[in-house]
Amino acid sequence: MKIKLFYFARLKETLKYSTEDLELPDDVLTILKLKSVLAKRGDVWGQMLMGKLKVRAAINHELVDDKAVINDGDEVAFFPPVTGG
Amino acid sequence: MTVRVQTADFDIGVEINQLRQARKDIGAVVSFVGLVRDLNDGDTVSQLTLEYYPGMTEKSLAAIIQQAKSRWNIMDALIVHRVGTLQPSDQIVLVIVTSAHRGDAFSACEFVMDYLKTEAPFWKKEANSAGEHWVEAKSADDTARDRWSIEK
Repeated sequence: MKIKLFYFARLKETLKYSTEDLELPDDVLTILKLKSVLAKRGDVWGQMLMGKLKVRAAINHELVDDKAVINDGDEVAFFPPVTGG
Repeated sequence: MTVRVQTADFDIGVEINQLRQARKDIGAVVSFVGLVRDLNDGDTVSQLTLEYYPGMTEKSLAAIIQQAKSRWNIMDALIVHRVGTLQPSDQIVLVIVTSAHRGDAFSACEFVMDYLKTEAPFWKKEANSAGEHWVEAKSADDTARDRWSIEK
């Protein structure tokens, strides 16, 4: 399956990615599984996505938790807890 | 309902007049304006940069207003949130709620701000002479939001 990924704020800066298209095997993919796949890219990816820092995720613009299932064509985003207002 | 994310400043008077236009059943207008402070958590702030998630941020703000509408008897609501680079004393955010009676507008306005601070995808980065850093989320903001789930 193909998904579109977005990163924001500290994640975008540290990972040096704003967005990317990703091709993944067609088995069941949760947010947690995707994070563990991306964490294998190297130190900073592991620290940002599976480390002590809190990471929030969205699928197609809806906030979701680690158990949420990702489908073909979804837009997935990772970002730190929000600090607007 | 109006939701805007913009770099430009806003004028609260203009926005209130627009919400009131051609309506004579409004009895209360409650507004909140958030400003950039020159001091945060003991650090001086010379500049603030706000990032957002185009598409999701607007949807999230609209969903917060919908929740407020389903919970209180309000007529209309507006959220304007600025992004980009701001200086101390600049306006960041505006919330206006109109209703027949003040109680609903007061509650709904506070509810919108509490949810905006914890749910809407905005991120602040502060800068001063020592450098720049991302602002950390505060647990006090979560507490402020969570009290809405136990009281009405």
